[in-house]
Amino acid sequence: MSTLAAVWAWLTTAAHWSGENGVWHRLAEHAALTFACLALSALIALPVALTLGHLGRGGALAVNLANVGRAVPTFAVLVLLLLTPIGRHGPWPTVIALVLFAVPPLLTNAYVGMREVDPDVVRAARGMGMTGAQLVWRVEAPLALPLVLTGVRIAAVQLVATATLAALVGGGGLGRIITAGFNLASTPQVVAGAVVVAVFALLMEGLFELVQRLGPAQARGRDR
Amino acid sequence: MTAPPDDCLARNDWICGDYLTTRRQILLDAVGQHVRLTVVSVALGLVIALPLALLARRLRWTAGPVLGATTVLYTIPSLAMFSLLLPVYGLSATLVVVGLALYSLTLLVRNILAGLDGVPAEAKEAARGMGYGPLRQLLTVELPLAVPAAMAGLRIATVSAVALTTVGAIVGYGGLGNLIYAGMNSFFKAQVLTASVLCVLLAVAFDVLLLGAERLLTPWRRPARSARPARGRRPLSASGRRG
Repeated sequence: MSTLAAVWAWLTTAAHWSGENGVWHRLAEHAALTFACLALSALIALPVALTLGHLGRGGALAVNLANVGRAVPTFAVLVLLLLTPIGRHGPWPTVIALVLFAVPPLLTNAYVGMREVDPDVVRAARGMGMTGAQLVWRVEAPLALPLVLTGVRIAAVQLVATATLAALVGGGGLGRIITAGFNLASTPQVVAGAVVVAVFALLMEGLFELVQRLGPAQARGRDR
Repeated sequence: MTAPPDDCLARNDWICGDYLTTRRQILLDAVGQHVRLTVVSVALGLVIALPLALLARRLRWTAGPVLGATTVLYTIPSLAMFSLLLPVYGLSATLVVVGLALYSLTLLVRNILAGLDGVPAEAKEAARGMGYGPLRQLLTVELPLAVPAAMAGLRIATVSAVALTTVGAIVGYGGLGNLIYAGMNSFFKAQVLTASVLCVLLAVAFDVLLLGAERLLTPWRRPARSARPARGRRPLSASGRRG
């Protein structure tokens, strides 16, 4: 009970929200990192997934990538990158780790989405004389959109979690409030930081859920 | 005069055989802690997930809230999850175990439920026709038939738990994560790389073991494709050699 009160007191103290180490600044860092890396990961993963899916090649790689991503500890990759020469270049270890862990769900889901397009539809489009590029943009990609968006949502949640861990290796973001709390042995600050992180992660999940629902009609496909 | 030692430890190489020989006990202890944390947490998750899945199946209206709640838990980043449990469990191994168990719930409940829903109606009718009561039908017909789907969830949950255990280093109980954390603070490259690689190997070993266990638990699925028997046998012999 007293802990809850202390957490509430921490969260309602205006001083904890302003300044370099304040919640607002850390939140802005976290959001910027998440969205920038999501865009970067999508730029890397989606062209590869659409091409491989269209050609029907590299399926084993695309599907197993997500499994490999799960077995590799995020924390280990963050620390490994920090100890390489990249570690001396500001936020780059964090950015690279974030992208590495966001690419697998994007790639796997988009690839599976492309492969699950009804082959009859593809044959009909070919029969109408569509070129490869037309087939991708007008038929396959729109039909794969539900799974592509599912991949984006999973990647976004993953990015929020990874960005939080980045604080352990000296990166910015909301995780810093938690690690600072641990260093100060201040349980209220640790819990308050965790509450902010959890709320942010759930809001992201909700936001992308909303994007999927409000998206074009054919994007409201089966959820996986 | 004393020349500075010129071994890979002094040079701080990434790959270092001396590290393995001199820190053997530290590594074994860390692996031991890692395995214990993973196994206990997934087992705890399984013990909680099974009744939840049975509840969701028996009372359909509970399925939505149960799956929704476990999905919310899964969305919370690991560092935040451990931090939220701090006031309850303090800096303890229990904190890590409970946090990891909560994570495994989503995958386990979802997959057990899918497995139970996938039991063919004919199998259930046959069991009822043979005079099986509800409990006997559940234990001897439905649960065994749900094993493949449940095991798929268990494998993903276990592999994820091995990776997430490293974050437990924040409270001092992270198994190999402790070595990574300490190695980061002292820029000890060999320690960080060795612990990271061991972590991935541990995840692969758990996956192979569980795959072997699945084959043992579902003998009726093995001879189904007699055209290529080698495929079903390989993981079995692999887990057998492990002893």
